[in-house]
Amino acid sequence: MSNSLGVRARPDRVTGAAPPAPPRRRSSGLTGLAYAAPAAVIVALFFLLPLGLVVWMSLNKWPLLAPPTFNAPGNYTQIADNALVLDAVVFTLKYTAVVTVLLFSVAFGLALLVQHRRPGIGFFRGAFFLPAAVGWATATLLFFGLLSDQIGPLNDLLEGIGLIDAPVSWTAGDPAVAFGSTVTLVIWRWAGFNMLILLTGLQAIPNEIYEAARVDGASAFQAFRRITLPLMRPTIALVLCLMITGSLLGFEQFYILTRGGPGSSTTSVVMVIVREAFVRFNLGSAAAMSVLVLAALVLLNALQLAFIRRRNS
Amino acid sequence: MRRPAYYAGMAVLSLLFVYPIVWSGWSSVRLGDAFSLDSYRKLAEYGEGVGVYLTNTVILVLFTVAGTLLVATFAGYAFARFRFPGKGLLFVLILAILMVPYPTILIPLYVLLGWLGLQDSLLGLALVMIMFQLPFAVFMMRNAFESVPRTLDEAAMIDGCGSFGALVRVLLPAVVPGLVTVGLFAFLASWNDYVAPLILISSNERFTLPVAVVNMRLHNFGAVDYPTMQAGVVFMALPCLAIFLLLQRYYVRGFMSGALRG
Repeated sequence: MSNSLGVRARPDRVTGAAPPAPPRRRSSGLTGLAYAAPAAVIVALFFLLPLGLVVWMSLNKWPLLAPPTFNAPGNYTQIADNALVLDAVVFTLKYTAVVTVLLFSVAFGLALLVQHRRPGIGFFRGAFFLPAAVGWATATLLFFGLLSDQIGPLNDLLEGIGLIDAPVSWTAGDPAVAFGSTVTLVIWRWAGFNMLILLTGLQAIPNEIYEAARVDGASAFQAFRRITLPLMRPTIALVLCLMITGSLLGFEQFYILTRGGPGSSTTSVVMVIVREAFVRFNLGSAAAMSVLVLAALVLLNALQLAFIRRRNS
Repeated sequence: MRRPAYYAGMAVLSLLFVYPIVWSGWSSVRLGDAFSLDSYRKLAEYGEGVGVYLTNTVILVLFTVAGTLLVATFAGYAFARFRFPGKGLLFVLILAILMVPYPTILIPLYVLLGWLGLQDSLLGLALVMIMFQLPFAVFMMRNAFESVPRTLDEAAMIDGCGSFGALVRVLLPAVVPGLVTVGLFAFLASWNDYVAPLILISSNERFTLPVAVVNMRLHNFGAVDYPTMQAGVVFMALPCLAIFLLLQRYYVRGFMSGALRG
């Protein structure tokens, strides 16, 4: 890992806008279409069709094994009466707020710590990113073992230094403790990933700006507030967007680590949808919830995009 | 910041991040206080046999990686070098896949794959995984082709190659780094994904590794066999860690590409 993660100062090509292609003599429209056809078929069949289908399903009573019957807007009105859904929405929003604040602080802190080239920095960058190299479900399962009383080292360690008197159940005892475990897992697994994105933003800021500020007598804190934060705004917006979307759609960290418990205290919205579809076999109702989540997230993404655009211009 | 304090702090932080992974490997080879490969023996015999789950996962990975490379190479070539009706619309639709949350679209896909006779099949699952890879893969390949000078394939055409000949003989060798990055991310997605196989695969004999190993925790009927579970974790994590350490250049390129920016 010695020369690891040599993040380049500037990405070699920035998003979107390609230079306009000059008109081409040889290419008929059909040739291009033929090359794009496989992608078009996949998009139509496995993206557009399911998008339409989920809306249609949400208007029907759609049991797993029997034929569907039209019942609009039954699936939507039932959601309002479902106490589990409302609890899950409240929990997911709370979880998203906590994770976004903590994860962002840790990731940004790490990025600032590893932003300058110095001996051994590649090793530290690699070490912080290492958990992100492991699959998300794998990492969750790893944490489940780490926190277990049977083989996990945590209880012995904490008892050894006198912080706790008796073994603690980290995933199934106190709801607040189980919640803390999921947040810790998410920070451990995703901090390095977000650090890497923030690091590219930091490194794209030309050094001359900092030098000019230093010559003018700016303190390190002033330089951070007046230079780093404003210039990092697009990267920060991207990272926050990824964190918020990822948290709102959280599933594995609850389904695997806490099983949504204790009780249903850590049951997220996506868990409710999956349970509605494949435990209660009510696909129509699950589709209605999906449509609402979809609409909320598309709206959120559009708002964030508009926000980023305005700040950029 | 003073150097010794900085390095001491960084060492402690690094330990916090690396320790769980090292612990997992350690705990998978411990039985009581002694070294033992017992948990790996149990893992080999777990359920249908870990070989079955590994085979399923490898089949899924091969379908997904090959399919993603094929579709994204052609599409990237089309977007970088040709004009065709619906070009702008198709590109926007491909990027729109990023806007749609993964879990919400899996319920209709479950029904749709049933209609297509692809329910509970690794091929159907692979097609879904390819779809989710398209935004990143097509964006990456389009940029890769665009950074190759046009004179290169134009010269090949003057020499009598068709557009396909120019692609295969001249352009493909020039976009190998892009292909490696796309293939790498397709591998990581299909090797690790849990939610899509959980929903789209229902028979035990077709489960992929993540679903099978997570079932040790979820369907344990009381007692979880923790060491065997950690052996499963190590088994799934090792290829990913090896790839990370060996192919870091491509890894980081994927992050920097801006395709993540949606």
